[in-house]
Amino acid sequence: MLKVNEIDVYYGAIHALKKLSFEVEQGSIVTLIGANGAGKTTTLKTISGLLRPRSGSIIYKGTDITRIAPAKIVEMGISQVPEGRRVFAAMTVLENLEMGAYLRKDKKEIARDLDEVFDRFPRLKERRKQLAGTLSGGEQQMLAIGRALMARPSLLLMDEPSMGLAPLLVKEIFEIIKDINSKGTTILLVEQNAHMALSIADKAYVIETGEIVLQGQAGELMKSEEVKKAYLGG
Amino acid sequence: MLELMQQIVNGLSLGAIYALIALGYTMIYGIIKLINFAHGDVMMVGAYIGFFSVSLLGTNIMVAMIFAMIACALLGVIIEKVAYKPLRRATRIAALITAIGVSLFLEYTTIFLLTPQQRIFPQGAFPVHDYNFLGLSVSNKDIFIFISAIVLMIILQFIVKNTKTGKAMRAVSEDKDAAVLMGINVDNTISMTFALGSALAAAAGVMIGVYYNTINPLMGILPGLKAFVAAVLGGIGIIPGAMVGGFILGILETLVSGYGNSLYRDAVAFGVLILILLIKPTGIFGKNTGEKV
Repeated sequence: MLKVNEIDVYYGAIHALKKLSFEVEQGSIVTLIGANGAGKTTTLKTISGLLRPRSGSIIYKGTDITRIAPAKIVEMGISQVPEGRRVFAAMTVLENLEMGAYLRKDKKEIARDLDEVFDRFPRLKERRKQLAGTLSGGEQQMLAIGRALMARPSLLLMDEPSMGLAPLLVKEIFEIIKDINSKGTTILLVEQNAHMALSIADKAYVIETGEIVLQGQAGELMKSEEVKKAYLGG
Repeated sequence: MLELMQQIVNGLSLGAIYALIALGYTMIYGIIKLINFAHGDVMMVGAYIGFFSVSLLGTNIMVAMIFAMIACALLGVIIEKVAYKPLRRATRIAALITAIGVSLFLEYTTIFLLTPQQRIFPQGAFPVHDYNFLGLSVSNKDIFIFISAIVLMIILQFIVKNTKTGKAMRAVSEDKDAAVLMGINVDNTISMTFALGSALAAAAGVMIGVYYNTINPLMGILPGLKAFVAAVLGGIGIIPGAMVGGFILGILETLVSGYGNSLYRDAVAFGVLILILLIKPTGIFGKNTGEKV
């Protein structure tokens, strides 16, 4: 479904991603794990079109999207839950969700998806008239996920959805991710919480200073000594 | 007491004009964090278009105002595309200096094309009557200014609150990258903001023409600066703040002219700026919002 081929991305003079390649298969959950600053967020930003690679290509459903405008990429079915949630704090919960469906014109289907999001996250329904900035961290994360789902994506990019959340909430969020995937949405998940990410993913890539250093089935990586030492705390 | 009421009523129309200009300042600041110092001059261009519409085409004042709004909406979009867009990633001071450049460009191009002489709005364009009620004297021009300004503010509020474009404007103002991830076209949204803000300035320009009866190429400077004060007073970037700030400043100015000395009018306006920057730099409606991590 998504094929990233040897992309090189720079922030000014800093070489952030070095010939990075990986693949996401339709219907799967793929995770990119790695430490802070390894290049995980950069990878997602590049897929979404916020950053442009200097070389290499990104192929989505057979189409080269490397130099396509971000709006077009959303329209093609890739949406993102950005790092730190980035909900529109001064807008209501409902308006945030509407923004997620910004490019869609099928009003009836939008209303249906809105109901679906509210079914999935009843807290958001209760608070739909409230400003997003007044929500708790966990609720904001749910809103960010709901907002991305409103675009009805085929591929959902998730950047550290567990960041800053209490352990119980982290578990809940990962359950939600699994559920979204089981309903047919492919997921590319970026995480520092390697243990949780590996426990739900099909395939995993380990990224270090802009390069993939390990890859394999998530279950295998979980048992690998290298991964255990570096990312699983033992 | 009656006299105080009278002064406040007099101040309402001036305040409405300041509020309209301040709205454009605050919207543009909200979306690209630029103090658009050319905003007062866009208002001046609007006043001229209104003037020519009335004097050459013989339209009534409402039609003149609509012409001016359309033309200035376009002018605002062009200014943004030509002058500010190339600087989107430059330092803020570069954009600010450019704004001053655009301001001077508009002023002196108008002087070059139309001479620096002031022009007088034709008498027939707006026959003035005074009405009396409850002992207060109100002229129809004050009523016209006040009501049209309020109508425009209601329309603006509706656009910003309820339309897709308005919501996109708020989203882009708050977080450009997140807005891009929603598929919002940031460039078009910024253009739309300049169009709306400039159209409001143009309406204010025509109103100033009606209010003072004369227009000249440098007429945008002082009201522009005062509207800036109004925007800061209300809390820059905050739409209701601009409205409230505009009215407060207009009424304050009229009170100073009425009770004190009209020579101090401008000093008081800028004194307000100094005070607000000292006491509450975020303005009346501004708050320091922390970010949740």
